Amino acid sequence: MLMKRRDFLKVGAAASAMASLYGCAGGGKASGHVVVVGGGYGGATVAKYLRMWSEGGVQVTLIERNPSFISCPISNLVIGGQKTMEDITVSYDGLKSKWGVRVIQDEVAAVNAEKKTISLKSGSSLSYDRLVLSPGVDFMWDEIPALKSADAQGKILHAWKAGPQTVALRKQLEDLKDGGTYAISIPKAPYRCPPGPYERACLVANYFKQSKPKSKVVILDANEDVMSKKGLFTKAWSDLYKGIIEYRNNSEVKDVEVASNTAILEFDKFKADVLNIIPPHRAGDIAHKSGIKLINNRWVDVNWLSMESTSTPGIHILGDAIFPAPTMPKSGHMANQHGKLAAAAILNQLAGHEPNPNPVVMNTCYSFVDSKNVIHVSSVHQYDAATKTVQPVKGAGGVSAARNELEGKVALGWAKNIWADMLA
Amino acid sequence: MKLFAPIAALCLLAAASSAQAADPNLGRNLAATCANCHGTNGNAVKGAGIDALSGMPKDKTLQKLADFKSGDKPASIMHQIAKGYTDEQLDLIATYFAAQK
Repeated sequence: MLMKRRDFLKVGAAASAMASLYGCAGGGKASGHVVVVGGGYGGATVAKYLRMWSEGGVQVTLIERNPSFISCPISNLVIGGQKTMEDITVSYDGLKSKWGVRVIQDEVAAVNAEKKTISLKSGSSLSYDRLVLSPGVDFMWDEIPALKSADAQGKILHAWKAGPQTVALRKQLEDLKDGGTYAISIPKAPYRCPPGPYERACLVANYFKQSKPKSKVVILDANEDVMSKKGLFTKAWSDLYKGIIEYRNNSEVKDVEVASNTAILEFDKFKADVLNIIPPHRAGDIAHKSGIKLINNRWVDVNWLSMESTSTPGIHILGDAIFPAPTMPKSGHMANQHGKLAAAAILNQLAGHEPNPNPVVMNTCYSFVDSKNVIHVSSVHQYDAATKTVQPVKGAGGVSAARNELEGKVALGWAKNIWADMLA
Repeated sequence: MKLFAPIAALCLLAAASSAQAADPNLGRNLAATCANCHGTNGNAVKGAGIDALSGMPKDKTLQKLADFKSGDKPASIMHQIAKGYTDEQLDLIATYFAAQK
């Protein structure tokens, strides 16, 4: 059989069409420019993994407003007095020098999804083939009206984004006289880091127990019950902090009186010496400005095969900003997993292939109940084609049998490894 | 046009397999879910107290994972995590780490 040139071309076309179904090896290599907005657990991870997995074939620009990465996980140990800010700060130099990520310290002013461009506050603009938003959360100040002003926010702190607020809250606690009261408010779920407020209450109580034993910790929880590791936290409170920690459920803070450090609840008021309000939050502002579909006007709706916006192809969203899959926590560990899922999908898409149809993500979260003892929660989530989301695997995951010092060491080892996985 | 039939057959095969086909990077992607704790490509940070997995013989990794799954090997957390992956997925993960330096 003689193959005519015309037929040969047809065979070639068919072969390349098949290769694009990724069943055949040797398909196109990923190339193009990906812009990542936000250099936290999600954004830093996707930036590194895009460069690593494409062996430098894909150009990556990371836009981040802060000069260095400061970790929210472990920041409660700064508030508790065990760690310093230096311990939770990591440079972006590894992403630049080792992985060739172009890091620009700036903020995004606007996204033009049709033209595939973003404009920066400094005035310049960038074009992209694919955009990743990993914007974290911003606070819904309208829900706590008296906290709208910068002055009020400087006095009544959230410390729910690690940075200057972390240092300021530690200072307020150091300045507190023995016999004073620290109160922390928790918004209704979903919120960033479900066990985080209870861990913070433990570590502040641990500090009081050692340095200011007449002082008290009050937890004002808008939820009906402890939202994470309930049995382990309540046991720590009764074993370690009896008479120090008081837990109040169904105690949603509606507003504050700034001058008197008073939380205004639905039927009640609570005056504290140090008032730590975690306001309700939502996807970071840039998600709201990008015109992508939100659920409840708060969280971004994503396609779980690619972390892509369901309304706006080409824009991928990671981390705390998304509407979570069933039982999925908003955690740094999970944002890192989103980053890898998105990196794999983007590289397939840039090479003309479909995303991996079977993604898996998993979570571990360690909480300190004192300076050494830790409790964890873990889960594994597999993609389910029927529900088009990732579902927790039944029988997998769980919590620590009891608080223990071994996991205290593992928790610090986790931090070193995940920071390296993102940034080194 | 004799060529057409085999090409059509191949295309059908490709189309049929695409619905079920595993991504060629599935092992890499699955292993990356371990990297948060065990380091990128299994290269854990030295001195951080968590096992490195890179270069570990496949059989050894699979045996450890099987023991975590069955409960034979005591663990703080891996018994819960190993149960979240199918045996096929664990095989891909162990294969990937064995090939890393």
